[in-house]
Amino acid sequence: MICDNCGAAEAVIHLTQIVDNEMKTLHLCQACGADKGVQGSSAPPSLPLTDFLAQMGKPPSASTAVATRNRCSFCGLSFKQFRESGRLGCSHCWTTFDSHLSGLVRRIHGSNQHVGKVYLSPDPSVTEREKKLEAMRRRLQRAVELEDFERAAELRDEIRTLETERP
Amino acid sequence: MTDSSGSPLSPAPEDVGLDWLDASGEHADIALSTRVRLARNLQGFPFGPQAGDPDRASVLDRIRSAISRVSSLEGAQVTDVTELSPRARRLLLERRLASRELVGGEGRKPNPGAALVVGRRRPVSIMVNEEDHLRLQTLGSGLRVDEAWHALDTLDEELGREVPYAFHPRYGFLTSCPTNVGSGLRASVLLHLPALVLTKEIGKVLQGLAQVGLTFRGLYGEGSEVVGNFFQLSNQTTLGKSEEDLVDHLDRIVRQVIEYETRAREVLLRDAAGVTEDKIWRGYGLLRYARSLSFEELMNLLSGVRLGASLKLLPGLRVYPLNKIMIFAQPAHLAEAVGRELSASEEDVHRAAYVRRILASEGEVTPDGGSAERPSSSDPTG
Repeated sequence: MICDNCGAAEAVIHLTQIVDNEMKTLHLCQACGADKGVQGSSAPPSLPLTDFLAQMGKPPSASTAVATRNRCSFCGLSFKQFRESGRLGCSHCWTTFDSHLSGLVRRIHGSNQHVGKVYLSPDPSVTEREKKLEAMRRRLQRAVELEDFERAAELRDEIRTLETERP
Repeated sequence: MTDSSGSPLSPAPEDVGLDWLDASGEHADIALSTRVRLARNLQGFPFGPQAGDPDRASVLDRIRSAISRVSSLEGAQVTDVTELSPRARRLLLERRLASRELVGGEGRKPNPGAALVVGRRRPVSIMVNEEDHLRLQTLGSGLRVDEAWHALDTLDEELGREVPYAFHPRYGFLTSCPTNVGSGLRASVLLHLPALVLTKEIGKVLQGLAQVGLTFRGLYGEGSEVVGNFFQLSNQTTLGKSEEDLVDHLDRIVRQVIEYETRAREVLLRDAAGVTEDKIWRGYGLLRYARSLSFEELMNLLSGVRLGASLKLLPGLRVYPLNKIMIFAQPAHLAEAVGRELSASEEDVHRAAYVRRILASEGEVTPDGGSAERPSSSDPTG
């Protein structure tokens, strides 16, 4: 299908609008869609990701060239492969490609700092344990604020257990 | 699960993971189900495109041996997806217990090590070796985002003590796709919004969703079309907000959308009562007596009938059998009931027969007081 706006490129965005109680569907190419401020939000998340990745590759800067050569030493995934598939291959990839992922993650999520649950591995270090406790205290406070006392009691018990396990 | 309408399906596939059909949850006439999932990967193993067959096998072994120590998974059943027949795999997909990524399909075989763990005591399940090593999920009836999240949170805490998750202090729980990183949480509610569609207000609602960080999909999740006016609303982002904030936000917006739908239903009944009732009764009549039904036609008619049941315009018709039809009248379920693969035309005939049986077992639905329906001329009074 050809873009309704420029009549040249392949339409990839199908925007259904309701104007004056009448349904209209516009078929737009990527460029015309962007001009009209359509992000394709109704599409599966792979579409925005591909957009972001395409944007990342726009100015073939020195850093991109370096990253393209980079491979994850653990799983062997190259940055180029990541850009093609949008999928990372292991936890080390997140460190290897950190400088690129940081901006990408911020654009996808509007943040690049996790603030949710803190994971405590089966054999945690002291700092890990402290971080976990911190996160659990935040959740406890929230449960109390929401008057969810059942949940608050559970969390209080979990916090006590974790505190007594302290080495 | 008990089957109050006396299942006409024999041999019926085991009723595993179907508790959510019982329409017991809050707003169950509009909100069919609530699903929450968490994406997790194990430390020390490649995931996503880099996971090799031995890695996948090791991950599955780790999970198998952890299950007995996880109380949320007491009595859980592990199904090796690769050993299932293509039809059995499609059944899991139609039950919404497994994704296309896990079960394969359209010529693609499932990946070695692909497995499904289904809890017996709790409505939790785990897809193993999907895009991520683990997709912990729960599916419940109606709107119960908070409850679903707590069930999943408990499973997550228990399992995380048994197997080491890949976690990063800044990025949180690490996933193969950056769109899932952080909490790894995707919560969704399946909503039936016929009045918003009929009053043409749905466009505004869906556009508004994007502005508040939510997105929508069809009945079968990612990449699926909207059929029968069913919309699956879910959070768009997974990082930068706590799990509680994500589920609370979804819950709040979904309640607002339900409120809009309820208002749109009032408008329909006020301004277009005749047309609405006619649509509902025609739908019911066709489902009750048709001899051949495609799945798409069924879903469209079912949408009207569901609206009728919800508005009490079809007196005595419960929502539960309608939920049941949505699942058991799907292609693989019909083939399973008949015991062989069906051609498209055979399938439509069996679908119509199944729908007739279920609706007949619900008893006569007759218009009575409160409805605008007048007694028909063939109904001599006295």
